[in-house]
Amino acid sequence: MVRLLAITPCAGLLPLDVGNVSLREVVVDRMVSVAPFVGQEKAVSAALKDQIGVGLAPKNRAMAKGGAGVQWFGHGIWLVRGQVALEGLAAVTDQSDAWAVIRIQGAAVEDVLARLVPIDLRAEGFKKGHTARTMLGHMSVAITRVGGQAFEIMAMRSMAGTLVHELEVAMRGVAARSNF
Amino acid sequence: MRLRTPEHMVTFTFDGKPVQGIPGEPVAAALLAHGQKLVARSFKYHRPRGIMSAGSEEQNALVTVGRGAQTEPNVRATILEVSEGLEVFSQNAWPSLKYDMMAVNDLIAPFLGAGFYYKTFMWPKAFWEKLYEPVIRRAAGLGGLSGQTNPDQYEKAFGFCDILIVGAGPAGLMAARTAGRAGADVVLADEDTAMGGRLLREVEEVDGTAGTEWVATVLDELAAMDNVRLMTRTTVTGAYDQGTYAALERVVGKDGPLECFWRIVAKRTILCAGALERPIAFPNNERPGIMMASAVRSYVNRWGVAPGKAVTIFGNNDDAHRTAHDLVAAGVKVAALIDSRDDVEATGDFPIYTGARVVATKGRHALEAITVSHDGGTRDIRTDCLAMSGGWNPTVHLTCHMNGRPAWREDIASFVPTPDSIPGMVAAGACNGTFSTAACLNEGAQVAAEVAGGLGLEPRVTVPAAEDRTYRIMPLWAVPGKGRKWIDFQNDVHVKDIKLAAQENFRSVEHMKRYTTQGMAPDQGKSSNVVALAVLADATGRGIPETGTTTFRPPYVPVPIAAMGAGSQGKGFAPERLTTSHKVTVAQAAPMIEAGLWYRPSYFPKPGETHWRQSCDREVGFVRNAVGVCDVSTLGKIDIQGPDAAALLDFVYANTFSTLKRGKVRYGLMLREDGHVMDDGTTARLGDQHFVMTTTTAAAGLVMRHLEFVLQVLRPDLDARVMSVTEQWAQFAVAGPKARALLNTVLDREITNDDWPFMACGPVGVAGVAGRLFRISFSGEHAYEVAVPARFGESLFRLLVTQAEMLGGGAYGMEALNVLRIEKGFITHAEIHGRTTALDIGMDRMVSLKKDCVGQAASRRPGLLDEDREQLVGLKPVGAVKQLTAGAHLFEQRAEAVRANGQGYVTSVCYSPTLQTNLGLAFLKGGRARHGEVVQMVDHLRGITAQVTVCDPVFFDPDGGRARG
Amino acid sequence: MRLTCPNCGERDRREFYYYGDAIALRRPAPDAVPEAWDDYLHNRKNPAGDTTDLWFHEAGCGAWLVVDRNTVTHAVHGATLAEKAKR
Repeated sequence: MVRLLAITPCAGLLPLDVGNVSLREVVVDRMVSVAPFVGQEKAVSAALKDQIGVGLAPKNRAMAKGGAGVQWFGHGIWLVRGQVALEGLAAVTDQSDAWAVIRIQGAAVEDVLARLVPIDLRAEGFKKGHTARTMLGHMSVAITRVGGQAFEIMAMRSMAGTLVHELEVAMRGVAARSNF
Repeated sequence: MRLRTPEHMVTFTFDGKPVQGIPGEPVAAALLAHGQKLVARSFKYHRPRGIMSAGSEEQNALVTVGRGAQTEPNVRATILEVSEGLEVFSQNAWPSLKYDMMAVNDLIAPFLGAGFYYKTFMWPKAFWEKLYEPVIRRAAGLGGLSGQTNPDQYEKAFGFCDILIVGAGPAGLMAARTAGRAGADVVLADEDTAMGGRLLREVEEVDGTAGTEWVATVLDELAAMDNVRLMTRTTVTGAYDQGTYAALERVVGKDGPLECFWRIVAKRTILCAGALERPIAFPNNERPGIMMASAVRSYVNRWGVAPGKAVTIFGNNDDAHRTAHDLVAAGVKVAALIDSRDDVEATGDFPIYTGARVVATKGRHALEAITVSHDGGTRDIRTDCLAMSGGWNPTVHLTCHMNGRPAWREDIASFVPTPDSIPGMVAAGACNGTFSTAACLNEGAQVAAEVAGGLGLEPRVTVPAAEDRTYRIMPLWAVPGKGRKWIDFQNDVHVKDIKLAAQENFRSVEHMKRYTTQGMAPDQGKSSNVVALAVLADATGRGIPETGTTTFRPPYVPVPIAAMGAGSQGKGFAPERLTTSHKVTVAQAAPMIEAGLWYRPSYFPKPGETHWRQSCDREVGFVRNAVGVCDVSTLGKIDIQGPDAAALLDFVYANTFSTLKRGKVRYGLMLREDGHVMDDGTTARLGDQHFVMTTTTAAAGLVMRHLEFVLQVLRPDLDARVMSVTEQWAQFAVAGPKARALLNTVLDREITNDDWPFMACGPVGVAGVAGRLFRISFSGEHAYEVAVPARFGESLFRLLVTQAEMLGGGAYGMEALNVLRIEKGFITHAEIHGRTTALDIGMDRMVSLKKDCVGQAASRRPGLLDEDREQLVGLKPVGAVKQLTAGAHLFEQRAEAVRANGQGYVTSVCYSPTLQTNLGLAFLKGGRARHGEVVQMVDHLRGITAQVTVCDPVFFDPDGGRARG
Repeated sequence: MRLTCPNCGERDRREFYYYGDAIALRRPAPDAVPEAWDDYLHNRKNPAGDTTDLWFHEAGCGAWLVVDRNTVTHAVHGATLAEKAKR
């Protein structure tokens, strides 16, 4: 019997709404990193497809099916939401508790992120299912577009407070503008 | 005087006195309407100055806005927008703008010429810092900072587009329309409050309608395009590598940022920055009321304000005439038109003097009269406003930001951009030396079509009809006569200063600039540059092209540091990394200290403890006598898997890991390739092809980068993968004789010394949660580190501390942790600080010679094997002075404490409650052979000298029995 | 300054960690003469012109890159993955 209390990374920090932009925590139950060993990418992809219905996503893409998802997470590495067994094919590490995951949504969401993220997130080039490893302020993050006006952002768990703080400042700055 | 009756006025103050203005108009327009001619005192001579321009190039009308912490100095009144309650102050004047005591500088002006500082304040040298500089700074200056923390908000932002168009005058609007219609993703940026450029300020027709109407139509069309973004109040300030541009936006809004500093990345850029009118250097050409002719037209045509009651105009080109006609049309009296050219036909219902010059001006605080030299004689004319035009300088600045040099064009007597000075940028319109409206419209459209075509689009060009006058100019730089002929109004540089520079052989334009300070003020010589170098060219007998220009550098307009650094103040300076036990720890009033980005507790104070040492000593006692709990989650944890995982470890660690048995932990020493120690830590073998490495807190990022470097750069042949799991696991040290007793209250299955011996590791159930247990010790005691997924971290920490307290122990912080490790002679980055080798710290035998590893080859360099190197030793005080200090130096007992006699230095010190003495770790020359010797420790900084005995660095439990028990 | 990461595309310089000359790719054998190690560790050219160096896309995908660029014009000619570079 589990006698320890589970606390989410953004507990006490969210929800937050400023102007037309909202910030919510995304609670992730099970998430692993998958780094295929040399020459095993195809085998890993096939195994994943078999086990959770989604194979390895192309670079800079995230794919989801049912409750499972596979997100490109960097050079030779993916994040997989779901239960997988890839013994001998890939290095798998538990990342379920390692990331603060938030969803930011609203009409001015691109304007808010443009204050913090040094990459082009405009809808024409960064479509739903596109993901990027980049920065938010001084933090290393993964950003995925999950909707027309919605993004999911992952930052290190220990930086959850800073993540929310930075986004809140940007949200307030954008909301204060009279020309938006 | 206002020419139109405004619908709505608000009140702001200038030097405390109320002034009426139209919301959004420039403060300069409101001051002119109010009849306020005198608005500033000049930089050096404190000369009375008035408004000179109607744009960001303003040299004179610098004002201070706001008060207290929100004071903002050196704001240009020509772009500052009027709003209700705005507080504007003149600067560089005392006690008042009208009666400025420092105007005495003007009386001794003959002594204050160019190079005055360099020549006068040569000696005594010590006076410079204490006397001369403070006095000069006070006398000659701009507005002052409040000295308080600025509470205003600033922002920065990143923008991306296909085509960035800089400037929204006729060329920029046509470029935007052409590119926008073709489907390009366009950003159109303009520094004004409204787009349109000169079309908002001139009386002329475009496409058969008023210029302002045409602008409105185009803007409506652009605003309706999703692929075009219009950025008003946005000055593009710099051009940088790979199509990156900086831009400063003045933000409109309530309770939001004042300014936003943009980094805009553009595939292509069209520069449509227009041109700036330049002054003529005639005697006393800077009295309040003398301004640029184009500015006069801006105030009359756009803002409906007459800058004077009887205006005179002096120019060397047709714009002088245009100004006269606009004034007449607006109902303002033109007292005279003075054209320096002989061969012009001029008409108008006002006195016209051709081939004439203004040779003198009168009026202390405002212009009263001018003297015109004409037809062999002179004539005095009463006037309160003189509009001058020395011609136009294309705004080439951005094209020079990557070392481009502009080219001289004789026909327009100006510099124009050299093509391809900035990769991806093309100039169009007035900034390219194309001056008529029709030509600007056409060039904007044509250039945009070429640029859009180059991006694979299919643009179509249609150009509206507009006026197409020829720009006729006869260069006129300086007019001889009695009195100073000002060139750089903002830095108080006049013709004689430049001639003096030439005479003293500062003939290079860059030397002249430094010697005279011409072009060094906030406006960076926007208006004065070409006149100054024309005067220099004349004085040195060279042409203008040979003389060249000084270098235009970013930013084009002043950018507040607060805007550039936006988001990096306060909490934005660096991310805060908080452990899962943070909240509980802070609730116990533990002072937090930074370790890298992490926050860790120094100690946990208990009621009655008044000094940190009391808490620290108590916490050390917990670990030595009972059990202590410490959050060690901040240590880097790197998961290593793969067929070559062991080989990777053998390559990155000096010692061998392939021999480590599953379920065991080994201490590892990591070297840099140059043979010095990089980091240390323990690595556990969880499976045949699975390890978890720990790093020190501060070096976690460094080691991760290093491992990726090894795998991708040095040894891509190794099939191994590394992934940080630092954040995944909350990990706590449980240390002390009762550590196992404590753990057995929380573990799902009890452990014994047999199944969990020293350096064992493996999976365990922790209060029903799948965790990991490592029997390792950084205190020398019987100790463990227990890890659970981070979501359970806070809960486990509470549980462990509660259990520890029941066993006579409790939580301990960094101070106690440091004492415990010093007592054991364990090293941290205080010792492995980047200049120490394995030999220095006594671990040279760990460097395996049976295999290759990073740093092994270089660690065998003769210099690194020298027996006389500084080696790690322990120190204990033996004299009257007991205090030891980190950073102190070591000397032989009777040697003078000077650098030449240095024998080493102290790296870590503590008071050991266990041994009841101060302890130190130090590096001492040949130290391992000197145990027992007494040396002197000298801390020159704090003035402490202590006699210390050299000993083994392991002070406590040298055989390590306690950790194994 | 912007670099084009083979994985992520064009990115701002702030995402990258600069390492130094790409000589790092050509690590001497463990038993190489001391001069070879000295060159590898310490001796660098300071070219005014084309240069090849190593960058780490630290705040991005985590790939080590070999970047060809020009120190005079600031032009960036291209970037490739270090793990695929010839040694």
